[in-house]
Parts: sequence; C-alpha cells; structure tokens
Amino acid sequence: MNYQSQAVAKPYFMAAIGLFVGQILFGVILGLQYVVGDFLFPEIPFNVARMVHTNLLIVWLLFGFMGSAYYLIPEESETELWSPKLALAMFWIFLVAGALTIVGYLTVPYATLAQITGNDLLPTMGREFLEQPTITKIGIVVVALAFILNIGLTVLKGRKTAVSLVLLIGLVGLAVFFLFSFYNPENLVRDKFYWWFVVHLWVEGVWELILGSLLAFVLIKTTGVDREVIEKWLYVIIAMSLITGLIGTGHHFFWIGTPEYWQWWGSIFSAMEPIPFFMMTLFAFNMVNRRRRNHPNQAAVLWALGTGVMAFLGAGVWGFLHTLAPVNYYTHGTQITAAHGHMAFYGAYVMIVLTMISYAMPLIRGRKEAASRKSQVVEMWSFWLMTISMVFITLFLTAAGVLQTYLQRYTDTPMSFMVVQDKIEIFYWLREGAGLVFLVGLLLYVSSFFIGQNEPEETAKV
Amino acid sequence: MSETFTKSMARNIFYGGSTFFFLLLLALTFDTESSLHESDNRENLTEQVAHGKRLWEENNCIGCHTLLGEGAYFAPELGNVYKRFGNSKEAIMGFIKSRPVDGIPGRRSMPQFNFTDEELNAVAEFLKYASEINTQNWPPNIQG
Repeated sequence: MNYQSQAVAKPYFMAAIGLFVGQILFGVILGLQYVVGDFLFPEIPFNVARMVHTNLLIVWLLFGFMGSAYYLIPEESETELWSPKLALAMFWIFLVAGALTIVGYLTVPYATLAQITGNDLLPTMGREFLEQPTITKIGIVVVALAFILNIGLTVLKGRKTAVSLVLLIGLVGLAVFFLFSFYNPENLVRDKFYWWFVVHLWVEGVWELILGSLLAFVLIKTTGVDREVIEKWLYVIIAMSLITGLIGTGHHFFWIGTPEYWQWWGSIFSAMEPIPFFMMTLFAFNMVNRRRRNHPNQAAVLWALGTGVMAFLGAGVWGFLHTLAPVNYYTHGTQITAAHGHMAFYGAYVMIVLTMISYAMPLIRGRKEAASRKSQVVEMWSFWLMTISMVFITLFLTAAGVLQTYLQRYTDTPMSFMVVQDKIEIFYWLREGAGLVFLVGLLLYVSSFFIGQNEPEETAKV
Repeated sequence: MSETFTKSMARNIFYGGSTFFFLLLLALTFDTESSLHESDNRENLTEQVAHGKRLWEENNCIGCHTLLGEGAYFAPELGNVYKRFGNSKEAIMGFIKSRPVDGIPGRRSMPQFNFTDEELNAVAEFLKYASEINTQNWPPNIQG
C-alpha cells in the first residue's frame, strides 16, 4: 500500500462481505420458499425476504465500489485521499442507514414502514429494487455526493489517468441516474419507463464503466503490461458498452405500454450488448497471457479472469438468449429472467468487487504483495465453489424457465401460473441445493481471511 | 490491438459514441413521451386508480407478483388479472379479502392485508386500468 489513506477501504470491504453473507442467507430462504410455500410465513413473507436479498446485494456492491474507489484513486492519482475522515464518516452513515432499513423491512409490515417514514410526502417506495424508504434514498444521495466530492477532489489534485477518469465518470453516472428513483408518476407506463433509467442505465450502462476501470487497474497491477495498452482496451470496451447499452434500454420497453418501435431499437442494440462483455473476456486473458511477471497474488488474477468469463456468460450470453422481441414475447418475466439476473450480477459485479478485495486486502493488511499460500488456496477453492454453483443455479433456473414458458405461454393448452409452478418444482429443489453449495463457498471465502495469517507471504514463481 | 490504433483514438470513440447515443436515447425518449397517450390508458387514470397504485406500492405487491412482466416471479402476473378473473372487480376484491392470516399449510399464500372496502376497490380499479394499457398484445394468453 503506497498511501496511508487507502486503508479507509478496509471497513468498506468488511461491510461488503458481511452484507454479502446476509444476502446469501436470505437467498437460501427464498429458494426454500419456492418449494415449501409456507416457510417462515407470515413472519417473513416472500416479498420481504426478496427485498432484503436484492437490497443487500445493491448495498454491498455499493460498499464494494466505494471501497474499491477509495483504494484505487489515491494510487492512480499518486496522492493521499482528499479527506479520509469524510470517507470514514460516510461509511458509518451508510452502514447505519442500511442496517436500519433492513431492520425496518424485517420488523414492521412494509405498509407501516411506508407510513412512519412519510412515504406520502414523496412517494418513492414499493417499486422493485427501489423499495427503500424515501429517507434512505435521500441518505444514499448524500453519501454518494460526499463520496464523489472526496474522490473527485483527489483526482483533481493528483495525476489524471484513464482508469481514474473512467471510474469517476461511472460513479457520477451512478449518482445521477439514481435521481430517477425520486420520480414516481401516477401514470404506470411512465413510472415503469423511467424506473429503467435507474435500473438499466446502472447495470447495463454506467456500472460497466466501474467494472471496466476496476478490472483495468487490477490487470495493470498484476500483469505488468504497459498501461497504454490496457487503457486503450478500457476505452474501446466502455465505448461499446454505452454505444450498445444506452439504446439497448429499449429491450425493456417491448410490453409495458410504450410505442411499438422500441421492439426494433431494443432488439437490435441489445443484441450487440454481449460485444463489450466478450471484449472484456479477451482483454483479461490477453493481458494475463502477455504478463511481464508472475504476480504472487494468484487468487486476484483468478478472480479477474473469472469475472471476464462469467460476466460474458451471465450478462452477454444469458442476456442475448431472451433479448430479441419475438423471443421475449414468450419469456418476459419468467424464470429465464431470474436465471440471467443471477449469473449476470454474480459474474459482472460480485466478481469484480471480489477481484478488487482479493487484490487490495492483503496490501491493506500489511502484506507486501499477497496473502500466504494457504490463505490463497482456500480463497481459490471458494472461487470455484461459488462460481460453479452459480453456473448450476443458472442452469436449473433456465430449465425451469424454459418449461414455464412452454407450459404457460407457448403450448396450445396453456396452464395457469400456479399449476405450472408445481410442475417445475424439481428444478427449484435442485436450485436450492446449488444455493447451499454457494453458501458453503461463501463461508469458505470468509474463512480465507483468517487462515494462514502467520504464514510467510506467497512469492512469485519464475 | 495494433499500433496504428492509438489510445486517443479509442478515447474519442468513447466520448463521441456515448454522447451520440445518449442524445439518441434522449430523442427517442421525447418521441415516446409525445405519443405515450395513445397506449398508456391515461384517460382512465382516475383518483381511485392513483390511490390503488399507491396501495400497490405501499404493500410491496411487486415483491411477489409481476405487473406487465416486471417484478418477482413467485406469484401470478397481474397486468391482465382483471381479464383473467372474467372482467370482474368483485372477483379480485373477493380474492384479496379471503386470504387466510396464517397462510396455507405447505403452499404459497398471499398475506392478509386487512384492506377496507374502499381500499379494495382502489386496488381493483388500478388493476383494471393496468389491464387496459396497450401492451402490444402481451401476455401471449390469458394465463399471463
């Protein structure tokens, strides 16, 4: 670690991992509720557990992005962070606000939460992924502004690189598009239309800039390949992300009461959305193949390669599967969507945050380059367990989705939703099994931080 | 990538490309806004419908159901439930009202929300309004 203030990333990473565990525990509960319908009912009904699952994901990824930025920016800018104190204060505000929100979800009925947080004054609650009380949303904006101020001023006073610039654009975009979450018109079609300006323009837009810059940073550090080469790749990848992804928003506007022409715009542009993800795979493997040195942190390199592959499979391939309007007409809002969502989020955003943590944590904890061999072996086991079980979760949900689409939408004698759910139950059981393996992998991942602490640092193989 | 293709060329493609397509998205958004009235059923957007939408939100219905295909996949699509229930508001209200407080053993069950009659009517009005939005013939059949 070259700058003392980079250490402020540590609490962010720890909170991210802690909330990740919470997210997966609720994922396992949800998976069980799919097959044992009354599990925890009425204490924790499905909608509450799902809200906790998805909101924890968003919050821990944001913790991960912020921690990553606090680590990356001083190093790229070659200067200390503008204000480590502000970063630490924002950490506690965000953690407490996040925790209170989750406690609110779990302890009072959602309608009561809406009432006591004054949702009537500025109604923003009750829309998928944006379930947070309005006051929490305002808190997110405050934290994001302070964060961007801190990062921005650090970039301004130091060296400006493509990596830090792209990261900054991504983070500013994240904050700006979140503002659409405050717009909740009575007109349902308009509500849905602008809801995607948060959701789509985050995950298929500006978040890809964050993903690209973090990946570029870790590849520069671990491969020793010339920065010029890596930054050129970065620009081309994120150019393709936005060129395809902005109009690609249209693939959400097929059936929600918007004009028919979106079927063309959405199909054509979103069909090209896999391109930047495929380039990311090529990028990661190319740079590692052209490495000038063998970095002793093999786990970080593994995560970097893994995110390249899994983001392409989950976001690219599984996205393409159901993105063309004639296909989406049948698959829209089925388990196919769930399958895609799981692998895309894991491959693109979970894995890039874990890549950064894997690279930075040993350095923050006082190692020179990498954790001990023992710790890395456990971490790499957790990589394979989580990644392979996520592949199976995706495959089982895809099988469930194909059957659901056929039985409920495509056959000449369509069956009702609940009848179909019973028929595809076996795949939900299999998914739950894969989910439990994922949980084991995650616990192993957490344990890797406590294993081999007293052992010598891993050294590079020649 | 070859040496003739430089980093500054790549950077220009990024800035130029993303600016162009962002402006195109804006243009398409303006166009959508100007023709949205043809499909969004706004003529039936009454105060009751707005109240129903608020109830829909404040009880997190989207946490289990899809509405026009968006939401959670745990419970049936509700964008066309008004039509599926035989164009009957009463059937919708009766269903919501009759959910057992403690659920159904071993099965998925909708919570009991203890709505007043006026609230039930608002939710049903909202779902009726949603069913009349022009969704380009989605879903493919009445099962949603």
